Amino acid sequence: MLMVRHSIAPLRVPSDNKTKREYTVSAREHAEVTTAVLERHHRDPTRLVQILRDLVQAIGYLPGHVLAVVAVQLKLPYARVAGVAGFYHFLDLGQKARYRVHWSDNVIEHMQGSIELCEEMCRRLWIEPGRVSEDGLVSVGYASCIGMGDQGPALLVNGRTVTKMTRERVAAMVDAIRAGTAVEAWPEEWFAVDDNIRRRDILLNHSLKPGAALRAALARGPAAMLGEILTAKLRGRGGAGFSTGQKWQACREAQGEARYVVCNADEGEPGTFKDRVLLTRYADLVFEGMSIAGLCVGAERGLLYLRGEYQYLREPLKSILAARRAAGLLGRDILGSKGFNFDIDIHLGAGAYVCGEESALIESLEGKRGTPRIRPPFPVTHGYLDHPTTVNNVETLACACLIAENGGDWYAAIGTPKSAGTKLMSVSGDCARPGIYEYPFGVTVAQLLADCGASDTQAVQVSGPSGVCVAPDEFGRHLAFEDLPSAGAFMVFDDGRDMFQVARSFAHFFAHESCGFCTPCRVGTSLVKNLMDKLNAGHGSSHDINELFKLHRLMQSAAHCGLGHTACNPVVDTLNKFRPAYERRLHSLEFEPAFDLDYALSQARQMTGRDDPGAHLGNES
Amino acid sequence: MTFLLDGEEIPFIPGQTIMEAARAAGRYIPHLCWHHEFRPHGSCKLCTVKADGRFGAACTVAAREGMSVENRTAELDDKRRTLLQMLFVEGNHFCPSCEKSGGCKLQATAYELKMMSPHFDHFFPDRPVDASHPELLLDFNRCILCELCVRASRDVDNKNVFAISGRGINTHLIVNSPTGRLADTTMSSKDRAASICPVGVILHKRRGFAVPIGDRSYDKAPISSAEES
Repeated sequence: MLMVRHSIAPLRVPSDNKTKREYTVSAREHAEVTTAVLERHHRDPTRLVQILRDLVQAIGYLPGHVLAVVAVQLKLPYARVAGVAGFYHFLDLGQKARYRVHWSDNVIEHMQGSIELCEEMCRRLWIEPGRVSEDGLVSVGYASCIGMGDQGPALLVNGRTVTKMTRERVAAMVDAIRAGTAVEAWPEEWFAVDDNIRRRDILLNHSLKPGAALRAALARGPAAMLGEILTAKLRGRGGAGFSTGQKWQACREAQGEARYVVCNADEGEPGTFKDRVLLTRYADLVFEGMSIAGLCVGAERGLLYLRGEYQYLREPLKSILAARRAAGLLGRDILGSKGFNFDIDIHLGAGAYVCGEESALIESLEGKRGTPRIRPPFPVTHGYLDHPTTVNNVETLACACLIAENGGDWYAAIGTPKSAGTKLMSVSGDCARPGIYEYPFGVTVAQLLADCGASDTQAVQVSGPSGVCVAPDEFGRHLAFEDLPSAGAFMVFDDGRDMFQVARSFAHFFAHESCGFCTPCRVGTSLVKNLMDKLNAGHGSSHDINELFKLHRLMQSAAHCGLGHTACNPVVDTLNKFRPAYERRLHSLEFEPAFDLDYALSQARQMTGRDDPGAHLGNES
Repeated sequence: MTFLLDGEEIPFIPGQTIMEAARAAGRYIPHLCWHHEFRPHGSCKLCTVKADGRFGAACTVAAREGMSVENRTAELDDKRRTLLQMLFVEGNHFCPSCEKSGGCKLQATAYELKMMSPHFDHFFPDRPVDASHPELLLDFNRCILCELCVRASRDVDNKNVFAISGRGINTHLIVNSPTGRLADTTMSSKDRAASICPVGVILHKRRGFAVPIGDRSYDKAPISSAEES
């Protein structure tokens, strides 16, 4: 039995000017800090991910003895706690580092020079990527796209976002790390995040005051408000495009003692950052949309699942929630309407793309590993804590406010017949004006390319790696559910880019983000990654290309969730549309031995520190 | 009420999955993570069938009146073979030296589906064995992440000895102790979890070759006609 001293002392975060010895705190002190964090979260096991996040922030890592204290106090099996910590990228930390640097590992930022800058940082700090320095001072590694493609290369330091990295900034940051300057004392401009709003339409141009849409919804009444959402033909903006009205109706009609509204702000699709801007500038609209959803489905509690990479938005969002409570827009008897009670909590993710899938997101909200559930049952009947739950995208909820104010007919008249309203696009890559563009549905790829100042465009990846790669002969296609559905990413590649490398980077992304639950995705994404690396190394043949198609067909038909179904899309799309980018890597179209004698010696070279010609084998010898 | 499984009428009770109804009718749908004593898990995907043209795991899809389910077609068995090959290459499976050979569901299913080679490059993961427990040996090299031990320990033994950690290709089985050793958990050789492993991860010590090779369950009959243990 572990002895734990209960204490409500404030968290001790190491301050500056201390020697390394002073940072080596005992397990006993860790237990005190852990107890304080647990008390702040009322020892609620559903808050396990939040608890572990706070512990990483306070202690710098998650050693076994800390997980043991958490397990005992939450009355959970140790293995359950360790299993959750091991799942999330930002929690999987067995080794302490005072500064944890994660470069955004997105192909757009690779194009902006992130790999070279990361290498430069490692060289200056004398460390290897992905490893903690010997003195426990710093680790430098990668994280999947952190939603800053319009102002990269970007990185996270101890969870805080730094944008627009340059060689100068790398040098200054290395100096700050070496000097032991607390991240809080780093220059404010490093943490600046621009909105980059380039084109506004009904959503970004709205003039609603906080409370106006909710008042309009209350005046209509829950059933009539839901009717307006149905009339508006509002569809989910997370990519799948399911009817929001039908989802709310199913949730409203489901049997259950309590109902929940969940806002999916786990904007993890690489190249997507529109929710970042909505949560920065239009948070009132998002929270108000959640309240309207609560009114329509009969929920009293809302949860906003904020992706871990947007930690810097948590405090501002909390202030807005506090202001809304003070204004009577959250809480009990909202706006004087007897019995309309609704409040919102923010839950911070911890680095797992798969949690954007709604049932995995709910698992994560319950303090578990983010593994997608078996469906059916769907969240509308069995969601958060098995209660009826509607999970909606940030943008969808914001749109609901416009419908409350202006009515369903007004909204349905905008856009195309099957895609009502407008869509926010996150534009990044090879263009003069990256940022947020709002268009009525139906806009062409060519129009967007012209507006963002793209030239000599070779391809556009619409809706991120799980979406569609569009070649120039398709630039007349329309962004709408009828043609090119999109969760909001629009990544532009000009004709100087190698589309094979783009696809290879996406293959690495999916292998990194597969949750590991089902066989086809867990092993398939790694096999695809390895095949792409084999082609890249010049050891591929057309046999390997057939293998890629075979794996695609298997994952599409047998994987447990959308991640596996779509993981090969970028590879297959580029194979179909940019075949020469693959074929010029094939020495032979028939057969090429996969075994590379010289490569087999690379570990021995690293161990002996040799890289001279004598340490290499010619492949022909 | 009935549905068609490869053209043959199968009766079912509303609420039954395709897998449950097929088993009750004595029909075999290849599977590894499904076990009739436990709730469906749906992770191995070996039981993927085509129900009215749509792919789905037979262990999780409910049977519906009049539905037409494809099971042992060339297309589906081909996908299953690839899934088996994936399971073989992601772990370290050396059948000739494995105590479970002949009683192993992975091996038996591979024979059933005529898997002739692992096809893909082996991953050769580094997975040390845990021999700390006085009565049981854990050889993680053979784990296929079916979570039957996790479910048995949690739902039958009320112990939670096993759990899953890691993510993606690094997903792995862990035991309920900060030391990571089975000896430091409450595991007993009498637990349901000690006898549920379909492959050779959880083995009883000092019981090697109690049944000689050649006399083991799947030596006598292929898995498609053998009784579920």
